[in-house]
Amino acid sequence: MRISVQTAPFDLGEEANAFAAGVAGAGAVVTFTGVVRDLPGGGLQAMEIEHYPGMTEKAIGDIAQQAAGRWSLADVLVIHRYGRLAPGAPIMMVATAAPHRKDAFEAAEYLMDYLKSRAPFWKKELTAEGADWVAAKDADEDALHRW
Amino acid sequence: MEVLYFAWVRERIGLPRERVETEAATVADLVAELRAREERYEAAFADLSALRVALDQELAEFDAPLEGVREVAFFPPMTGG
Repeated sequence: MRISVQTAPFDLGEEANAFAAGVAGAGAVVTFTGVVRDLPGGGLQAMEIEHYPGMTEKAIGDIAQQAAGRWSLADVLVIHRYGRLAPGAPIMMVATAAPHRKDAFEAAEYLMDYLKSRAPFWKKELTAEGADWVAAKDADEDALHRW
Repeated sequence: MEVLYFAWVRERIGLPRERVETEAATVADLVAELRAREERYEAAFADLSALRVALDQELAEFDAPLEGVREVAFFPPMTGG
């Protein structure tokens, strides 16, 4: 299991290849990447992501442990960036490896659902008009109930 | 104890963290003390349903006791991923 909270960009291809190489016998590898989305109609200058150093790593570690207890996983990778990111830049990725695809897919979705509303990150959108904190959606909280 | 603020809570209060000497028994008691201080605290804590709290880096409820807690953090609902 590897968890990295970082400002530096990451290379999705390199990370996915290295992760897959480390679990060569696993059978299934799923990756998800979150990217800075532009506003409808454009105009996003940057996204600023703040986090709670210490709690972030602990919360992600707990979420990954929960996933490992629930599904048969060979390995888990979570990378999440913070700081100022340009539109289109990768924000985060998760990778899961399992003997079968169902476990890998479900665990990846579980990780994403929990990272969204239980990992202490806050996003702010910067435009020519100013800066707005991104509000959490009820749907994100509701998504946790299915687990 | 150390009290930390994140995102718009930090912006409204104008501080990322501060040391608070308090006898507050619960998070809600601490919030009441902070709100009584100054307008900027009142503005930050006006709507508790819009806030979350962590005690020693674990999510908690507003009625949670503060005994033995070293670090309290207030922030809006998280938007990770």
